[in-house]
Amino acid sequence: MVSLEILDKYDMTIGIECHVQLATMSKLFSGADNNANDKNPNAATSPIDFGLPGMLPVLNHQAIVLAVRAGKALNADIAHVSRFDRKHYFYPDLPKGYQISQMYQPIIIGGYVEAPLLDGTTVKVRIHHAHIEEDAGKLTHHSDFSLVDLNRAGTPLIEVVSEPDIHSAAAAKAYATELHRLMTFAGVTHGDLYHGNMRFDVNISVALKGATELGTRAEIKNLNSFRSVEKAAEYEFSRQVELIEKGEKIVQETRGWDDATGKTSSQRSKEDAQDYRYMPDADIPPVVLSVEDIAAMQADVPLLPAYYRNVWKKLTLDRSVTETLLSNQKYATLITEIQHTAGDDAARHAAHWFASSVSAIDETATMTVTNFVADGYIELAEMVEKNEVSSTAAKDIFVHLLTDNISPRHIAEAKNLLQVSDESAIIAIIDEVLADPVSAQSVVDIKAGQDKAIGFLVGQVMKKSAGKANPALAGQLIRRRLEELS
Amino acid sequence: MSKISNFVGVSARKNVEAAIAKAHANESFHALLSLTETRALERADAVDRGEISGKLAGVPFVAKDNFLTLGGTTTAASKFLENFAAPLQATAIEKLEAEGAICIGKANLDAFAHGGSTENSAFGPTKHAFDQERVAGGSSGGSAVAVALGIVPFALGTDTGGSIRQPASFNGVVGVKPTYGTVSRYGVVAMASSTDTIGVLASCTDDAALVMSIISGKDTKDMTTLPDFFVPTKLDEKKSIGVIKEAMTDDVDPEVRRVTNEYVEKLRTDGHEVEEVSLSLLKYALAIYYIVVPAEISSNLGRYDGIRYGKRAEANRLREVYGSSRDQGFMTENKRRIMIGSYVLSSGFFDAYYLQAQKVRTLLINEFNALLTTFDVLITPVAPTPAFILGENTNDPIKMYLSDVMTVPASLAGLPAISVPAGKNEQGLPIGVQLIGKRRDDALLLALAKRIEEEV
Repeated sequence: MVSLEILDKYDMTIGIECHVQLATMSKLFSGADNNANDKNPNAATSPIDFGLPGMLPVLNHQAIVLAVRAGKALNADIAHVSRFDRKHYFYPDLPKGYQISQMYQPIIIGGYVEAPLLDGTTVKVRIHHAHIEEDAGKLTHHSDFSLVDLNRAGTPLIEVVSEPDIHSAAAAKAYATELHRLMTFAGVTHGDLYHGNMRFDVNISVALKGATELGTRAEIKNLNSFRSVEKAAEYEFSRQVELIEKGEKIVQETRGWDDATGKTSSQRSKEDAQDYRYMPDADIPPVVLSVEDIAAMQADVPLLPAYYRNVWKKLTLDRSVTETLLSNQKYATLITEIQHTAGDDAARHAAHWFASSVSAIDETATMTVTNFVADGYIELAEMVEKNEVSSTAAKDIFVHLLTDNISPRHIAEAKNLLQVSDESAIIAIIDEVLADPVSAQSVVDIKAGQDKAIGFLVGQVMKKSAGKANPALAGQLIRRRLEELS
Repeated sequence: MSKISNFVGVSARKNVEAAIAKAHANESFHALLSLTETRALERADAVDRGEISGKLAGVPFVAKDNFLTLGGTTTAASKFLENFAAPLQATAIEKLEAEGAICIGKANLDAFAHGGSTENSAFGPTKHAFDQERVAGGSSGGSAVAVALGIVPFALGTDTGGSIRQPASFNGVVGVKPTYGTVSRYGVVAMASSTDTIGVLASCTDDAALVMSIISGKDTKDMTTLPDFFVPTKLDEKKSIGVIKEAMTDDVDPEVRRVTNEYVEKLRTDGHEVEEVSLSLLKYALAIYYIVVPAEISSNLGRYDGIRYGKRAEANRLREVYGSSRDQGFMTENKRRIMIGSYVLSSGFFDAYYLQAQKVRTLLINEFNALLTTFDVLITPVAPTPAFILGENTNDPIKMYLSDVMTVPASLAGLPAISVPAGKNEQGLPIGVQLIGKRRDDALLLALAKRIEEEV
């Protein structure tokens, strides 16, 4: 491995291409179901996806709408005229012998993504363009044969191509993460990384700091998590620096990433690059969008992460809490709804509960939250404010609320978690505690001025009340009782 | 030849049986590749029982074998699709069936419609309807001969650069290449997406117009289809007509020129204004066509890879599966066009060939449009010669391509063009003329031709 001092002599330059699967009902050019999850191979296909003779593409309007919405999330321009082209190569997962893409006139032009970094700064990554294209099918290889599954063939994608504005592995991860948030918040994609809804190709080169020319780049293909984007960039940076330090040349090539070993390996070099023989697709008329069309399509794009970061400033949340909540659009809208209806304090409570219950790090975690109705969370926050439940009990109730839309008060009653704030009831318990010989020493200590000793007595009261006594109130009452009794 | 009216209102079963008998009696012409007898008779009986009705109830027809049909194979006259049974039907077939028409079989063509003589069929050429030593023309040669022999009153064809018009001219029938986008291409084996059109071959203009009115129209399965516009019409007013002089040079057979001039005279006598006009870019049309069309062919034939259907050669490696399947499945002319097309699209040549050709194509379209603001209809011969001898041009692709020189311009411009019988040469071979119109003037062209149809 290369030492940190040597690494420090170099800069990395990264551009990222991201394939985003569009959340349409049907495929880009056929009526087949766009959801291939849990389906038998080739069950979600039509004669069009199958590439039968005489089949023609019929452009899915919803894909255009989603791409136009993606353009808004990317702060990009939408082309008033965009077109489809054919990219040719032979492979068994490509039924027509060509992929329909947008080579010459893509639908999304320019734009940028501003991604927050852990240190509180942001990285601004410009978008070169994004184009619509269809996905290919899938092959599975066996000992002496391979099988073709075309369920994914024809799934609509947009490929978001960034400028080489990224200069650290952390920034690469931050960009990938923010892009995922933008695309999911805007409703462009389901964003299911486990099922490959977003796949990243990372182009990376290194050069000595201050160098005016970029180094030769390698492309690491098909990364499907934010973490692998970061790790692959880190690995590739030190691999390339090591080669340069040894006086060797970087070759322009495509590399694969192995999550298990944490290494990239060469897949094919530039010499093997195919000539895709791009040509316009005469089967699909140009997509013509007026200013009004675009405005109508973008009118109901939901709120984006930047909005939430801004309105939550008043909640004074830790950055990590904020980012955790932004890992899922539903958390974000829920917290904001609570903020609007019940105020900042209630929202802060809920924010912390959510942040401690869901993990932002585990991107592929199945969602355990099914109850997104704000009322229960608001009621629970009020119960905490009024000391009706302890903060410990509140967390317990919250966990139930995540999956069940029932009143937190009912949960508290059923679980016997309501705090006793009735003074006479607590005093009765206090008297029992004070009469107990185990309390004698503490009473003596308190009278001798050792105030800390009250903790033991409060503990005893809590124990006898099965945790239901309001501890702060119990402390006050113990003092009063001791004075009265002396 | 037979007319549609002869088949309407009589026993559908008898119509179909008679057509099938006639097809068998004329097998030596090799106009048809297959008969879909079972399905045809089932449908005929359904018509006779009154379960199916419509404007063409019980009328038999054939479709070029690049239309997907049920009840048999769709081969595109290729080894590749020799055993391919389509799971669905082309929109044009569906529309005809909805009016009660009955497809009795599939007509021969040049494999994948690549050619102008039907000699490129993997299953042997179709013979000319009046001289078995000669070619039928192509690529819709089987369709033209089936109509000329009176097996059926009409046939479906496809025309990408003259494939309906030229065999129609050779065999003395009416052929319609409509405005690009008039008839859905859904379910028709694609050749060149930007010039492929679906049309009809029939014994007379009225029948051609009737069939066109049925098969045309917007189809949600083909984004390039135009809104419905084809309505059969009558022509009472006088039209201004331009005879394209570049199509009447000494390179054109003298008898073809004579017949064309005679046809023009008849139009003049009918009261139309006729003038000689210039389409200066005509000479570039073939060059544009044989760049753009092979490019699209090389793309559209990519799906024939031996993986999912059709020919799959025995091979051990993926590359060999592709190579051998395509080698065995395609004819020499298919391979020639795939190679030309791949070349002109390849990196470094795209701008010089494909893009340049498209630019000149735009100039050609502009020149056409300018002419058609002054003139309603343009006239040329359909082909420079009458039907040639079988084998005469097979070793000379350029000579074969030159046969398309009159028909490719309208294809490149997306304009409607029809081929109508105009006369015969001394040997009795039919010669047709081509009428080219403005976009969507398809019905007008047929109406104009009808005015002098009887005289011809």
